Amino acid sequence: MTFVLPQETPDARVGEITKLAVMAVGGQGGGVLTSWIETLARSQGFVCQATSVAGVAQRTGATIYYVEMAPISDRQPVFALAPSAGDVDVLIAAEMMEVGRAVMRGFVTPDRTTLIGSTHRALALSEKSAPGDGIADADEVRAVAELAAQKLILANMDKLAVDQGSVISASLFGALAGSGALPFKREAFESAIRAAGKGVEPSLRAFAVGFDVAKNGVAPVDAPAAGATPHIVGPSGLMQGWKTLVARADSLPEPVQNIAQLGLQKVVDFQDCKYGSLYLDNLNSVVARDTAEQGWLLSVTAAKYIANAMAYDDIIRVADLKSRGPRFDRIRTEMGAENDQLVQLTEFFHPRADEIVGMLPAKLGAKTEANPKHMARLDRWFSKGRRLRTDKLPAFLMLHVLGGMKWYRLRTRRHEVEMQHLEAWLSRSLAALEDDYDFCVELLKCRRLVKGYSDTHARGLSKFDVVMNTANLISGRKDAAEWVARLHEAALQDPEGTALEGAVKTVRSFV
Amino acid sequence: MAERSFKAEVEHLRKGEGDTFTGEGILAITKALLENGVGYVGGYQGAPISHLMDVLADAEELMAELGVRFEANASEAAAAAMLAASVHYPIRGAVTFKGPVGVNVASDALANLSSSGVTGGALVIVGEDYGEGSSIMQERSHGFAMKSQFWMLDPRPNLPCITKAVKDGFELSEASNTPVMLIVRIRSCHVTGSFSTKDNVPPPLTVKQAAANPQSDPKRVVLPPMSFLHEQDKIEKRWPAAEKFIVDNQLNEFFGPDDGKIGIVVQGGMYNGLIRALQRLGLADVFGDTKVPIYVLNVTYPLIKDEFSAFCDGKDHVIIVEEGQPDYIEQQLGSYLYKAGRQLKLYGKDVLPMAGEYTGQVMLDGITKFLKAAAPDLLPGKVLAPNDEPQVLPDLSKTVPSRPPGFCTGCPERPIFAAMKLTEQELGKHQITGDIGCHLFATLPPFEIGGSTMGYGLGPASNAAFDGGGERRAISILGDGGFWHNGLSSSIGNMVFNKSDSVAIIVDNYYSAATGGQDVLSSRAHNDTKSTNNPISAALKGVGVKWIRQIDHTYDVGKVREVLKEALTTDFKGPKVIVASSECMLNKQRREKPIRNKAIKAGRRIDIPRFGVDSDICTGDHACIRLSGCPSLSLKHLDDPLRDDPVASIDQTCVGCGNCGEVADTAVLCPSFYRADVVHNPSNSESWRAGLHAKTIGWLQTRRDTKRLRLEGKIQ
Repeated sequence: MTFVLPQETPDARVGEITKLAVMAVGGQGGGVLTSWIETLARSQGFVCQATSVAGVAQRTGATIYYVEMAPISDRQPVFALAPSAGDVDVLIAAEMMEVGRAVMRGFVTPDRTTLIGSTHRALALSEKSAPGDGIADADEVRAVAELAAQKLILANMDKLAVDQGSVISASLFGALAGSGALPFKREAFESAIRAAGKGVEPSLRAFAVGFDVAKNGVAPVDAPAAGATPHIVGPSGLMQGWKTLVARADSLPEPVQNIAQLGLQKVVDFQDCKYGSLYLDNLNSVVARDTAEQGWLLSVTAAKYIANAMAYDDIIRVADLKSRGPRFDRIRTEMGAENDQLVQLTEFFHPRADEIVGMLPAKLGAKTEANPKHMARLDRWFSKGRRLRTDKLPAFLMLHVLGGMKWYRLRTRRHEVEMQHLEAWLSRSLAALEDDYDFCVELLKCRRLVKGYSDTHARGLSKFDVVMNTANLISGRKDAAEWVARLHEAALQDPEGTALEGAVKTVRSFV
Repeated sequence: MAERSFKAEVEHLRKGEGDTFTGEGILAITKALLENGVGYVGGYQGAPISHLMDVLADAEELMAELGVRFEANASEAAAAAMLAASVHYPIRGAVTFKGPVGVNVASDALANLSSSGVTGGALVIVGEDYGEGSSIMQERSHGFAMKSQFWMLDPRPNLPCITKAVKDGFELSEASNTPVMLIVRIRSCHVTGSFSTKDNVPPPLTVKQAAANPQSDPKRVVLPPMSFLHEQDKIEKRWPAAEKFIVDNQLNEFFGPDDGKIGIVVQGGMYNGLIRALQRLGLADVFGDTKVPIYVLNVTYPLIKDEFSAFCDGKDHVIIVEEGQPDYIEQQLGSYLYKAGRQLKLYGKDVLPMAGEYTGQVMLDGITKFLKAAAPDLLPGKVLAPNDEPQVLPDLSKTVPSRPPGFCTGCPERPIFAAMKLTEQELGKHQITGDIGCHLFATLPPFEIGGSTMGYGLGPASNAAFDGGGERRAISILGDGGFWHNGLSSSIGNMVFNKSDSVAIIVDNYYSAATGGQDVLSSRAHNDTKSTNNPISAALKGVGVKWIRQIDHTYDVGKVREVLKEALTTDFKGPKVIVASSECMLNKQRREKPIRNKAIKAGRRIDIPRFGVDSDICTGDHACIRLSGCPSLSLKHLDDPLRDDPVASIDQTCVGCGNCGEVADTAVLCPSFYRADVVHNPSNSESWRAGLHAKTIGWLQTRRDTKRLRLEGKIQ
């Protein structure tokens, strides 16, 4: 993208035209912001023209508003109806990717543009729908914005406004005032808000915060909610066992310790200390074959995925998590419920034969699984949507009891299946360790593909198998590791596994 | 109830002689209509003139005072047909709709109107939906004026010029007995500014008075032999009369010096863009005073040969700035020059692009190219020989995702298409046609349902080839707006008459939602001046549809899927029509929120639902999003090194429509979703009972926690 030529004009008054564009996501109130700016300009003895593009873009699409203003005189200036690349003085972008879009369209140039942007994200569908992590890289946008803008004001304007019980248009208007890009006093801005007469007080509060951010620089980027760092709690009797486990984890090579501690927490929370020590045994079997040469990368990877594999999502885990005390409090706060208000909780369950069989004793479960008739019957009996009111005793009791069945868990069919899968995965992943370390690390990472419930889980498993089997074909090649990484990335691109199929084809083409 | 209310703004329409009106273009147009003694107005909503219809509707009271009749016409065809009142009666009438699609629909009536000719001024105000923000195929309405011989105004995009064009339009129409089309582009419709007003003028003859003294003249009927006379009349009388009026009243404008070797001919609507380019080149000042001779076509049809050739006198290079294609104006003016044997060089679509919007950059580049060729001496050195290297930035096009429009938060249409996607997962892909309306967003991700749209109300009609059925029935979508626009006859009637075996789904969201929530016949809202509450299902029965399924709660994904499956598999012969009804959430929220807040303040028991996701149960596979795409259902990264993928998360904009839970259940996705109903002002007994449950539950939870180890302080 290249900038157009800087404006050169004999008529200085052309330079006096202030050109301001607002790029927003439909429904963000860009219209309100624009009308405030208009009112402001006219109240300060400026002629002002605003335009917008309505149409279906209003429906959550990217929209753009455009304002031009100039000091009033005896004649009407000729204003443009749309922003031009390289010819915008103030660009307000109400979302981080809109900041990027503004820069891409050339509306932000180092010679003139004050860029006021909100760092918050309204994820585009393409970012949300990828089975893996498809979220766009905001830092990249920030970096380019710093290059492109003459003056840059970036902050989470959405949060700033919402914290004040207002909406983003108000904090952006405040930032506009604080940026000093317009030759008007703060009071003039505020009276524009009052003139509009809607939600004045919250708007003014959000305006003030936005103003300060622009004036005194951005407050430290809101760090992740400072909740207490996760830690295991419980009766002192059991805590003894926990402490010994922690000690064991601390005896691991330094780079592995942190992740191992987290993994340990996860599996102990999932089951108990005995299970935790099983986790450490599994991990140790990997550590034993690893060395400091590659910075224990293999063990670190194993520590992560063994924990995830051992803490599988069975009915017991879901029921346990859904019936815990802290969850109820968390939801109350999230929903902003006052003390005098009630919060009713409805859970959406849809157990199928597979989940039921998974809960049967291993042998019986295996037998039932093998018999389609029995499976069909189980489906008839159990498979239907169940809405459970977990704020009421009956439904809660059901989950409470299910969640308390850890004593039985290790005998279930599901546990058997998961353990078989775990062993197979570990042994397959480490088979080629002597020849190709990186290859094995990548194979371990493939466990990431196994996630979700029911069909999604099944799809994940089959993708996992496809990648592992294809990996067999290329085992021994120099670039084997890279190819596994590619396969694994492809598998996360779309749910149907189209990308993966393609990647597999390519692999088959050269083996 | 339209999405946007202009009740407050409408008061400005009462302004009188010498006042100043400041506001939006569409309001200015309405004011101009009233100042020019319009007798009746009508139209059909659609971007960019939806708001003009809303303004007219909100101004109905004021117009009634003046004796002006307002119709919210059933379609653009109906609107254009209404202008028939100006054929026999000296009454000024104006209708509005979007172009070119609205003009397509209206063209039958417009052609007949143009043949008959008019006595009273007939004005068609068209919002030309072209360029950025457009939602339709990129065409021009210009061709309709040429084929039917009506005149086209394309005024400079500022309020004084636009309002003057309304006056000129009526007078031109009356002077030449020809309907006049006034084109306003997307941004002109919403451009704000000021103009000084005049008093409103009641129509000298009202439609009421006219109907009381009916007139008719067989000569005006479009039937041979009159139709042949009409054609002659157009060429011999109406056209010359129009040209004379345009020249005498200087509807077209000239700027810049009279001499000069170069000149620019520009559509009025493109004038500001052109001046901005010249300003940036240092060839025009802030007021548009320029060194380059400019001929502004505020009338783009007919083109005035003599005016143009006079403008060309003494010039060696002339460029025509005409947005869109085909280049009608350039062709016409070119042939004038050729026939006159003129030698000057004509530029246009060679330096400017044939297709696409003339944005600031396009205009600047085109004009620069022209000047480099025609008058390099006029250009500043910087332009001729750019010394400063244009700075190049890292490319973001790979990073920044596109953001197409989609269903709003809580949209009742989302679950319908979620159900369709699930049905296709079960029964395989089907032949599906879409229609015009919000539901067309279903063709985009995540649903990607439907492969075509042939026009408003034509969803089922565009599946007619497949009416014979087969092993997989064709499915078509139709909105309530499209249904009443012409779907009832063109689509449903067509299905019934041809014994179609296909399935039609009518998406009934209680409004013409995509155009801004205007009422339609089947709207549930009470409307003082319009007849609502006419059920679609009744109309279906009326035209002979036997297989009708009414769904009154589209959020029940399971139910929708069931009904759809039945429609696709039943042995019933003949059209199968599903009416899926739930109120547009945008309008519902606007309607209910104030009421709800009042009730809460008044201490009444209100429960407000919202959905949530347990992030420790969500595994981050995002299957739910691929069946929803709801703006409030997003993702968040957990601060947990053990987790690779972001998990689903629902923000506070959730309106608790229920789609998430329904989909998670019907598609058997996962148990991560929960609904939390916050009960405001619960009754004492209710609180007491809830308290009992909570106490017992709390006791059980603590009891368990004293017996096990658990992870605490996990960041959710």
